[in-house]
Amino acid sequence: MDKSVIEKYELVVGLEVHAQMLTKSKAFSSEANEYGALPNTNVSVITLAHPGTLPKANRKAVEYAVKMGLACNCSITEYNIYDRKNYFYPDLPKGYQITQDKTPICRGGYIDIKTKSGRRSRIRLNRIHMEEDAGKSLHLEGETETLVDLNRAGVPLIEIVTEPDIRYPEEAYAFLTEIRRLVRYLEICDGNMEEGSLRCDANISVRLKGSKELGRKVEVKNMNSITNVQRAIEREMLRQIEIIEKGGTIASETRMYDAVNNQTYSLRTKEALNDYRYFPEPDLPPIIITEEYLREVRAMMPPLPNELFIKFTSEFGLPEYDAGVLTDKKEIALYFLEICKLTQNYKAASNWVMGPIKSYLNELTMEIKEFPLKPSQIVELIELVEQGKISFAICSQRLFPAFIENPNTTALALAEKMNLIQVSDTSFIKPIIEEVLANWAEKVEAYKKGNKNLLGLFMGEVMKKGKGKVDPKVATKLIQEMLDA
Amino acid sequence: MYSSYQEIRKALQKKEVRVKEIVEYYLRKIEETKHLNAYLEVYAEEALSRADEIDKKLQAGKAGNLAGMVITHKDVICYENHRLQASSKILDGFVAQFTAPSLQRMLDADVIVIGRVNCDEFAMGGSNENSAFGVVRNNIDPTRVPGGSSGGSAVSVSADTCLISLGSDTGGSVRQPAAFTGIVGFKPTYSRISRYGLIAYASSFDTIGVLAKNVEDTALVMEYLAGKDEYDATVSQKPVPPYSQLLEIPTHQLKIGYIKEVLETEAVQKEIKEAVWRKIEQFRADGHEVIPVDFPLYEYALPTYYILTTAEASTNLSRYDGVRYGYRSPNAVDVETLYKRTRSEGFGPEVKRRIMLGTFVLSASYYDAYFTKAQKVRRIIRDEMLKLLNNLDFLITPTTPTTAFEIGKYNEENVLELYYADILTVTPSLCGLPAISIPIGLDEKNLPIGLQVTAKYFEEASLLAFAKYAMQN
Amino acid sequence: MNIDKNTIEKIAHLSRLYFNEADEEKMLKSLNEILEWVQMLNKIDTTNVLPLTHMSHEVNVLREDVVEEPLPHEKALFNAPRKDSNYFRVPKVIENE
Repeated sequence: MDKSVIEKYELVVGLEVHAQMLTKSKAFSSEANEYGALPNTNVSVITLAHPGTLPKANRKAVEYAVKMGLACNCSITEYNIYDRKNYFYPDLPKGYQITQDKTPICRGGYIDIKTKSGRRSRIRLNRIHMEEDAGKSLHLEGETETLVDLNRAGVPLIEIVTEPDIRYPEEAYAFLTEIRRLVRYLEICDGNMEEGSLRCDANISVRLKGSKELGRKVEVKNMNSITNVQRAIEREMLRQIEIIEKGGTIASETRMYDAVNNQTYSLRTKEALNDYRYFPEPDLPPIIITEEYLREVRAMMPPLPNELFIKFTSEFGLPEYDAGVLTDKKEIALYFLEICKLTQNYKAASNWVMGPIKSYLNELTMEIKEFPLKPSQIVELIELVEQGKISFAICSQRLFPAFIENPNTTALALAEKMNLIQVSDTSFIKPIIEEVLANWAEKVEAYKKGNKNLLGLFMGEVMKKGKGKVDPKVATKLIQEMLDA
Repeated sequence: MYSSYQEIRKALQKKEVRVKEIVEYYLRKIEETKHLNAYLEVYAEEALSRADEIDKKLQAGKAGNLAGMVITHKDVICYENHRLQASSKILDGFVAQFTAPSLQRMLDADVIVIGRVNCDEFAMGGSNENSAFGVVRNNIDPTRVPGGSSGGSAVSVSADTCLISLGSDTGGSVRQPAAFTGIVGFKPTYSRISRYGLIAYASSFDTIGVLAKNVEDTALVMEYLAGKDEYDATVSQKPVPPYSQLLEIPTHQLKIGYIKEVLETEAVQKEIKEAVWRKIEQFRADGHEVIPVDFPLYEYALPTYYILTTAEASTNLSRYDGVRYGYRSPNAVDVETLYKRTRSEGFGPEVKRRIMLGTFVLSASYYDAYFTKAQKVRRIIRDEMLKLLNNLDFLITPTTPTTAFEIGKYNEENVLELYYADILTVTPSLCGLPAISIPIGLDEKNLPIGLQVTAKYFEEASLLAFAKYAMQN
Repeated sequence: MNIDKNTIEKIAHLSRLYFNEADEEKMLKSLNEILEWVQMLNKIDTTNVLPLTHMSHEVNVLREDVVEEPLPHEKALFNAPRKDSNYFRVPKVIENE
């Protein structure tokens, strides 16, 4: 399809994101909330919907939902009730899901995003509410029966519903990335789409640019990665535009995304006949959120990625790129923050964290909490370089790994032991330079004739001969002096 | 044999009898009254072996405070490792995997459960004619119904096959059969007793109830049943008074109201009205004030009740689908037919009727007109009742408009008429108020008449004390 | 309010119940009778009255996030009409036609 055709249209997308909460026990019963257990081993009579069982809400699930709401600038609902959403499916034991229909715990709110191409926008939220997950139905090849595993039934979820504010597929990507980052910062969800702890459905429609009316929306499901969400939206947008261009109308339906063929296909279920008959859940008393409770929860919140980003850029003067990398994971950001309490050389701190530390962690697939060096020790390294006692290159390539192996010493002591301390003493450096210049006499001639680039060669040789102990700043100056003499 | 737990306790202490003999007596009575079809299962062996254990404990002075008490449980109360069916085919084969905490407290005090008794299917009915296991017959006159839905419970007590039965009351299911069989039927305040372990019919109405021969036993048992637990989020956190210690006859003047309309209407049987009037005279003679009160709304309680209970029931019964337990239709070929055939074959007609009605009133187009409307009327009726009770100690009415009717009198053709049997008992259920039915005489056919007394929220102690007094002649 | 066969069929489907012709007729009659009867509630003025949704007097009843023993696996599957050693089994769900 011609680009000019596509550009006639505006994409309108709203997302529904489900996030599994990292509580220890389930939403309404006390067995473990655990991924990967053997089938039907994390179930209770309540989860199995045995006759005579009743739900009881998990305090932490409520707290986590409130935290997310606060992080997304939502207003928190004071008077909360739960509702029953009625439908029949083998992995829904009670024949209804306990959710919140009329009184979502968080209303409104927004998330600010920046896409890969640099586009900034604010995606407004409609609501966040609490509900429980269903079990899993397995339809296996060669089986005439469906297998039902109820381990996942009753796991607490929050559902985040956006307004239809997304206009570009890459915005969906950025939005989900930000959700993932937020839930990980808050430690309420591990944000893993591949494992299903984060799930996303998209409501997609198109309209001619400038039109005030919304087009018919299509729900797309089964996108199991953030990348696939973007790809699915791209595909669906094209599909809809094609139909409209040909004079057809969009069927309001649910479609599944097929990642292998990069297509969406229609799910012809009798959706229309599904009347969920929502009504207030009589087995769960109302939850009243007080100002005092909100204060308590706010006090428990970690610094948020956006807050830290602003601090790193405006207060510490770091470039946006650095701030972005540093705030990607909360633990890294907090480690960095600790370093910055002990030194004002923020750029150096940033370089250390983004460079050597991150590489080390990546290589060993280690989390920063297991990293052997304390922030204060990184500051020692920074100061050694700052004071000219060692070059950054030698410090990061040789001292740093050794320090990791020997964390119970000081950087200075170790550097001295390893004989890495740079010498700025001209009486030490001069003879080395003399030797090098003597060995490269023709090049010296060439330099004097005008080939100033050869300075690099001489520097390299001096550093090699000095076994890295030569202070490069002093060396450069001296070499030039001696050459010009 | 013994007509109260106090007598049993004394006899045990004096070693005039052993628990084993008590159980053997009841087992004989159960056998003798088999034709009444009150029992679905008799735990003969278990009861006898428990009796042996408890006799030994009594010898050692280590027996619990309910040692010697023998009870039945309605087929809607969970008793671990025992079958449980709600008198329905759809729970064929189901074995409970836990015990209701309220029952557990009684078991911990050494009560013996002698059997599981028949009831209307899923507690839906007013005559115990809706059971998948056949009708229960009234022991007073076996051609008549014992009332419902706790018909089996009432007969098991009235026919002297046990001392107490634990039933359930949603709109009168404990009080009405108590009235029909001449015993005491008690429904506490909603949320006084945990609902965990009670098969749900209508969540905002259901409560476990007590059927007994006298008020003292009711009060004692309430001490064990009532109170908070870890599993029911709606259960009251209020402390439980020692009901059995608070039964002194009230000495101060009481203010008792009776609903004028009810004692004047043709719809209530003559002898019932007369029996109530006699009681009113007795109260007045004893110095209490008995005044007529107006409650024109009482008729609206019944349709409100039916809309709300069927709505809640329609979802509470969705779990019966043949997937994880119970009956599964052999005619299921896919998931759709699994559900439809299992449920259609497993549920009886009254249950299906109520599920259909409930689904209808919750459906999108009708929700506001029926369900929301009924919830609003519920609030109006509740507020009106509270206003009335504010100026009274108790409110009295007959428990039922008629005495026990003949089996088969009501069928699909006149379902509404059967619903009307509940008309006097539903109002306390709608409001969540505590209410008791006590026997106050017989009609010309020697069928028992019940008086219903309603009190304010959580006033079980004074209600029981008054009931004890009112049962005196 | 008079409901028709169409409505009965929709409600039956939502309730996952199946009625043959005769039973459907009976159900239609019963339900219409009951619905006719409950119309009397319209005589009561409910303007500005809030629906009564919760009968318990408790609020904020929450459970601590502590893990308790699950139901042992065999007990979980014990009552199942059809199962294997791990799963509940049902006839296959038809997703697509």
